[in-house]
Amino acid sequence: MFDYDVMIIGGGVAGAASARELSRYKVKACVIEKEEDVCCGTSKANSAIVHAGYDAAEGSLMAKLNVRGNQMMEELSRELDFPFKKNGSLVICLHEEDMPSLQTLYDRGVVNGVKELRILNKEEVLEMEPNISDNVYAALYAPTAGIVCPFSLNIALAENANVNGVEFKFDTEVEDIKRIDGGYKLMTNRGVYQTKCIVNAAGVYADKIHNMVSEKRIHITARRGDYCLLDKSAGGHVSKTIFALPGKYGKGVLVTPTIHGNLLVGPTAIDVEDKEGTNTTREGLDLLIEKAGMNVRNLPMRQVITSFSGLRAHEDDHEFIIGEAEGAEGFIDCAGIESPGLTSCPAIGEMVADIVSKKLGLQKKEDFIATRKGVLDPSTLTKEARAVLMKEKPAYGNIICRCEMVTEGEILDAIHRPLGARSLDGVKRRTRAGMGRCQAGFCSPRTMEILARECNMSMFDITKSGGNSKIVVGTNKDTL
Amino acid sequence: MKQYDIVIIGGGPAGLAAAVSAKKNGVDSILILERDKELGGILNQCIHNGFGLHTFKEELTGPEYAGRFIDQAAKLDIEYKLNTMVMDIRADKVLTAMNREDGLFEIQAKAIILAMGCRERSRGALNIPGYRPAGIFSAGTAQRLVNMEGCLPGREVVILGSGDIGLIMARRMTFEGAKVKVVAELMPYSGGLKRNIVQCLDDYGIPLKLSHTVVDIKGKERLEGITLAEVDSKGRPVPGTEEYYSCDTLLLSVGLIPENELSNGMGVEMNPVTSGPKVNESLETNIEGVFACGNVLHVHDLVDFVSEEAAAAGKNAAVYVKTGVGKRSGGHDIVLKAVDGVRYTVPVTINPEHMEDSITVRFRVGNVYRDCYVSAYFGEERVIHRKRQIVAPGEMEEIKLTKEQLMQYADLQEITVKIE
Amino acid sequence: MEERNLTCISCPMGCPLTVVMNGAEVVNVSGNTCRRGEVYAKKEVTNPTRIVTSTVRVEGGSADMVSVKTKEDVPKGKIFECVEALKDVIVKAPVHIGDVIISDVAGTGVAIVATKNVE
Repeated sequence: MFDYDVMIIGGGVAGAASARELSRYKVKACVIEKEEDVCCGTSKANSAIVHAGYDAAEGSLMAKLNVRGNQMMEELSRELDFPFKKNGSLVICLHEEDMPSLQTLYDRGVVNGVKELRILNKEEVLEMEPNISDNVYAALYAPTAGIVCPFSLNIALAENANVNGVEFKFDTEVEDIKRIDGGYKLMTNRGVYQTKCIVNAAGVYADKIHNMVSEKRIHITARRGDYCLLDKSAGGHVSKTIFALPGKYGKGVLVTPTIHGNLLVGPTAIDVEDKEGTNTTREGLDLLIEKAGMNVRNLPMRQVITSFSGLRAHEDDHEFIIGEAEGAEGFIDCAGIESPGLTSCPAIGEMVADIVSKKLGLQKKEDFIATRKGVLDPSTLTKEARAVLMKEKPAYGNIICRCEMVTEGEILDAIHRPLGARSLDGVKRRTRAGMGRCQAGFCSPRTMEILARECNMSMFDITKSGGNSKIVVGTNKDTL
Repeated sequence: MKQYDIVIIGGGPAGLAAAVSAKKNGVDSILILERDKELGGILNQCIHNGFGLHTFKEELTGPEYAGRFIDQAAKLDIEYKLNTMVMDIRADKVLTAMNREDGLFEIQAKAIILAMGCRERSRGALNIPGYRPAGIFSAGTAQRLVNMEGCLPGREVVILGSGDIGLIMARRMTFEGAKVKVVAELMPYSGGLKRNIVQCLDDYGIPLKLSHTVVDIKGKERLEGITLAEVDSKGRPVPGTEEYYSCDTLLLSVGLIPENELSNGMGVEMNPVTSGPKVNESLETNIEGVFACGNVLHVHDLVDFVSEEAAAAGKNAAVYVKTGVGKRSGGHDIVLKAVDGVRYTVPVTINPEHMEDSITVRFRVGNVYRDCYVSAYFGEERVIHRKRQIVAPGEMEEIKLTKEQLMQYADLQEITVKIE
Repeated sequence: MEERNLTCISCPMGCPLTVVMNGAEVVNVSGNTCRRGEVYAKKEVTNPTRIVTSTVRVEGGSADMVSVKTKEDVPKGKIFECVEALKDVIVKAPVHIGDVIISDVAGTGVAIVATKNVE
């Protein structure tokens, strides 16, 4: 009578990591996602940082999973072939009177189990990062901090889960959940499903989903963060992730190289009512530029190629809520996953899978496939290997996105792999086509042609990111 | 490794004119590398008329203008490769390129002509706040969709930026059945040609709002509307002037940026004002035997001047190939300085020994000036003083200098170009 | 006497023109820097005309669309009729620059010709 043993609501990093860890077991599982692709909410628009783990309160679940996630990330990046780099981070202290706060961070890091932390003096900081403000007094250096491609991480987890048998249903939104004997009934816009267990990884909507089944209410605030992304020519401005000393609204504005060599500045922190309110504002962007300049000198803000904003799923107590919801047996929350959620996701997945497998008495499977290959980037090959590849598949000789040098071969790979891309953003997140300095001006018509051809769609069905986000609306003169 | 005397990067109007000219000046071994599927570059999507009055003494459309040069190149048997991306150029003039048929390959050139053109500034570069839905296009992307693919990007259109592509697209979208509601321009003057304001906006009753910009973008999936506001003299929105326009499409025509990633990679010295290479009277960059022309050098308004400039680059490259490396000796460089309203000059240096009988110095002004003079000082002496009713940033200016004139000033170090 | 101010669109210079008229008759044109300006001004105040450019669909060719134009100016008031006349036109490849697509568009006596080669 049950369609699934477990249904995971949400295809962001938390849901995808849970799905991947659960796919180690003999289980009938399904991820349902209201958007057209994985990695469409909080997971797609964040700082892309792998935090060391000195921020979260001692003894908190957040602290534990952060440090564990950080330790797991490197190995995971090899298994699942996504870009990750331990570039280290600096927390900048500008005033001597703030030293106690910096010391607190250090002490907390030590208690949390963060390795290799050091407090550097002004000279050491400037030697390490010449573009730090001259006003720097000291900094907390965490060599274990890193940067990751959040799209690749999320997509890799989902693909690997899918290959190991987890189904994915896209464009599927949960409208209501009813308790039934031995499980739950999920009412969605695309039909009704019965499942023994539910994992609530619904990001900013996790409170709404939770409150459908549990009397003990939770509340998630969408906390918006605006970012500016700078051209790759500015990517070397700093080599480490530069944080400000934390204030009331989180970790403040950071400046960091991205894993692909751009420079990222952000985020702001503004609480918003609308859980889809990802609009940037002029005040936000202005504030960002002002704040970022406090720690890093001569930021080349003229080289901004895009600005965007993401929503953090902020729970009132600023703690991860992972576990069975009160009065709702078999309903496992994975809520309040805000920063350091990206860092923690491998550990979150582990924890969720552990809870669910015990609940359902699941057995591990013998044929679990632990590794996955990402979209092949031919520029990482040797000249000889690249020549062989192009001979076999000439599409790898055809550059579509000239800013990021993405070939048709990579786009075909992105479309035809498990959970393949079906929109321009889907292609972009898998290949970086359109993510460069011209922001898809040149390549979007060409990517549209490829999508139309490969997916048997018309040009008029191609969307930016699913739903009603159509790129073109008709043919020339069709209303004349 | 294949070898060519001259390799030209880009088969648009600049690359074609440079190739034709190099061939006519006696170099046979020429290769054009073009990344698109046909020669002609951006002209293929510029289907409007108004090209060629200088070059052919008649008014042609973009594809017709390109067609004339493509025919000439064919008659001269100039070799070219399509769908070919140049990945990298080394300072010793070894190019790495790639296409479907040949895979990754290297070419050794004696001379290189950079003719890669330019790209459009994107929304991101402007930091326009709001949502990021579908329906926001750079004007050139929309132009390609409409003119090459026959697809209509939207039905109710607002255009930000009054550059020529934006103005042209206002008329194009109107012809294809869309309603263009308004063109907004941040500056107090238009960035496009006056004739385009008349024949693309005025003819169709499309309002042009100067000193206005987009301050908000609404719509989560597809664009639903934008808010315009007036800006003050520093370009900041004036509170209380906001005006909402419902629309499903926003086209951006907010400037062009020369595409010099390859030039930067090989160490060509750049002019931060033009974002193009610094060149001498031969349109040669700081790397001997590497020339630049067209929009990669500085953004032009008129393709006719691109062709003229590119022909000069082609000829100079041919001379370079024939006389050999190290021919640049004798004489001295006169530095051209752009001051008082003149933003830059191309070229930045002139060596009278190496120049032709005359040279056209092109430049842009930084503001609108009425009843002014365009002046050139040779050292302290004012030599050129030309009255102009109006000069504007949207329209490229020029002065002509002759060899004879420069030779009279034997030790001249500096020429200053200014608006008075 | 009536004065009208125009911007010349004959070439990219965009000269500001002043036309003095006596009823429907042009008495004087000033502000132009070449002969084309005078011709344009006289026409613009009596019978304004424009070249119309657009595209039509191509079948079986190397491209989906071919660009076209009116071979000569057409009266301004006829522009939209010219555009509408192209709505359902489909040509078969190959098409060459100068090929006549419509011999007399919207009763203007002017032909629509291709402006691009599509093989």
